[in-house]
Amino acid sequence: MFAKPEVRIRIVALAGLLIAWELCARFIFAPALFAPPSRVVAAWWPTVGQDPKVAHALIVALLEILAAFVLAVVVGIAAGVAIGINNFGRITLFPFVLLLWGLPQVVFLPLVILIFGIGPPSRIAFGFTHAVLPVIVNTVAGMRNVNPLYLEHARATGASRMQILRHVIFPNMVATVFTGLRLAMTLTLLGVILAELFVSTNGIGNYTQMFADTFKPASLLALVLTLAAMAVALNELVRLVESRFTRWRQG
Amino acid sequence: MTVRDRVASHAIQLLVVAVFFAAWVAITQAHAVNLLLLPALPAVGASLAKLVGTTVFWNAVGVTAWTTAIAYAISVAFGIAAGFFIGRSRVLTAALEPVISGVFAIPIVLFFPMIVIIFGIGPPSKIVFGAIYGFFPIALNTIAALSTVDPLFLRSARSLGASDAQVFRHVYLPGALPVIVTGLRVGFFICFASVLGGETLSSASGVGHQIARQGELMNSAPMYAWIVIVLGATVLLNLVLGAMAGRVRQA
Repeated sequence: MFAKPEVRIRIVALAGLLIAWELCARFIFAPALFAPPSRVVAAWWPTVGQDPKVAHALIVALLEILAAFVLAVVVGIAAGVAIGINNFGRITLFPFVLLLWGLPQVVFLPLVILIFGIGPPSRIAFGFTHAVLPVIVNTVAGMRNVNPLYLEHARATGASRMQILRHVIFPNMVATVFTGLRLAMTLTLLGVILAELFVSTNGIGNYTQMFADTFKPASLLALVLTLAAMAVALNELVRLVESRFTRWRQG
Repeated sequence: MTVRDRVASHAIQLLVVAVFFAAWVAITQAHAVNLLLLPALPAVGASLAKLVGTTVFWNAVGVTAWTTAIAYAISVAFGIAAGFFIGRSRVLTAALEPVISGVFAIPIVLFFPMIVIIFGIGPPSKIVFGAIYGFFPIALNTIAALSTVDPLFLRSARSLGASDAQVFRHVYLPGALPVIVTGLRVGFFICFASVLGGETLSSASGVGHQIARQGELMNSAPMYAWIVIVLGATVLLNLVLGAMAGRVRQA
C-alpha cells in the first residue's frame, strides 16, 4: 500500500465501523430488529433492484428532490439579489430571513401536509422551504463581500448599474452562492425525506414503514442505504459543478 | 448606520410584522382561505390560552425538554471527545474530517425508522436520534477550532514543560473556545429540531407528537397554538444561548 497515511487511516476506520456493525448485528441485537451488512447486501437485489414499485418510489423521490432544489435555487437567488441589492433590503428585510432560517421547520410539516396533501407536492414544498433560505442568505452575503475597490473602479469608468451587477458583483458572488447551494442540496434531501417518512401512500415512506412493521431490517436498511447513496451522489454532483464554475479563481 | 437610519429600519420591520398579522386577519375574515388551513387569529389565541393550563401541555413540554436535554448531553460529550481526539492530530483530521462532514451531508433522518425499531416508540429513540444529529456540528466545530490554535503556542507551552492536561487547559481551551461554542450552539438547535422531528414522525408523547396529532385530527387552531409555542421557545432559547455564548467568548 503506497497510499497516503490519511487515506489508509480512513480505510481502516471505515472497515472497523463495518466490522463493528456486522458483529453488533450478529451478536447483540435480535435479528428481527437489526441486520448485519452481509444480510443487507443479500437483501438489496430482491427488495430494491427487482421490485419495480420500490424502484418507482426511488425515482419519484429523486424527481421530487430535483424539483425542490431547482425551485429553491431559482427563487432563492432571485430573492437574494432583490434583498441584497440595496441597504433597505439588507438592513430591514434580511433579519427576517435569518429569523426564519433559525426556526425548526419540522413543526410545520403537519401543516404542509394539510395544505398540499399527501402526494409529491407536499414533499417538493417542504424540500423547497428547507433549501431556499440558505440560498437567499448566501446570495445576500455574496453580494456584500465584493471588494469595494472594484465597485469604485467600475463606477469611475462609467459602468451602469446593470453592468456593475453583471460584470463585478455576479462573478464575485459565485463562490459564496455555491456554498449556499451545497447546503441547499443537503437541506432539500432532509425536507423531502422528512415529508416522505411522515406520510406517504406509495412513496419511500410507505416502504420504510412496511419493512419496519414487518420486521425486515435487512430490506429496510437496503432501501435506506440506497437513498443515502443517492444523497451522496447528489451532494457530489453539486460539488463537481461548483469546482467547474470556480476553477477560474485558482487559475 | 446613523441612529435615524436604525430607528427607520426598526419602524419598517415593525410595519412588516403588522402587515403580516393584518393580512392574516383580513384573509380569515374574508374567508379567502379554508379555516382548516389558516384558522382565525383569535381562535389560535384562545387555543393557546386554554392549552397552557392543561396537564397535557405540561406533560408534552416536559417530555420534549427532558428528551432534548439528555440527547444534547450525549452529543456534547461524544462531540467534544471525538473532536479533540481527531482535531489534535493533523493526520487524523485529514483522514476523518471529510468522512464526518460527508455523513452529516446525507439525511440521517433516513435511519430514523431503524432507530425506532431498535429503541421503541418512546423517548429513547428520540434521544438516540437527537444525539446523533447533534454530534456532527459539535465534533466538526471542535475539529475546526483545534486547527486554528497556533502551533507556536503549543510548542512554547511544551518547551516550558506543560503537561497534557495543562496544554489542554491553558492553550487549547482558550484558543479554540469561540469556535467550539458556536458548534455547541448550532448543535443544540439541530438536536432540538431532531427531537421534535422524531416526535412528529413517530411517537406517543412530546410536543412534536401533539402537533402531528392535531394536524391529523384537523384541529388547526390547537395545531397553530403548538407551533407558536415551539417558535416562541426557539426564539427565547436563541436569545439565552446567544447571550451565554457571548459571555464565554468575552471571558
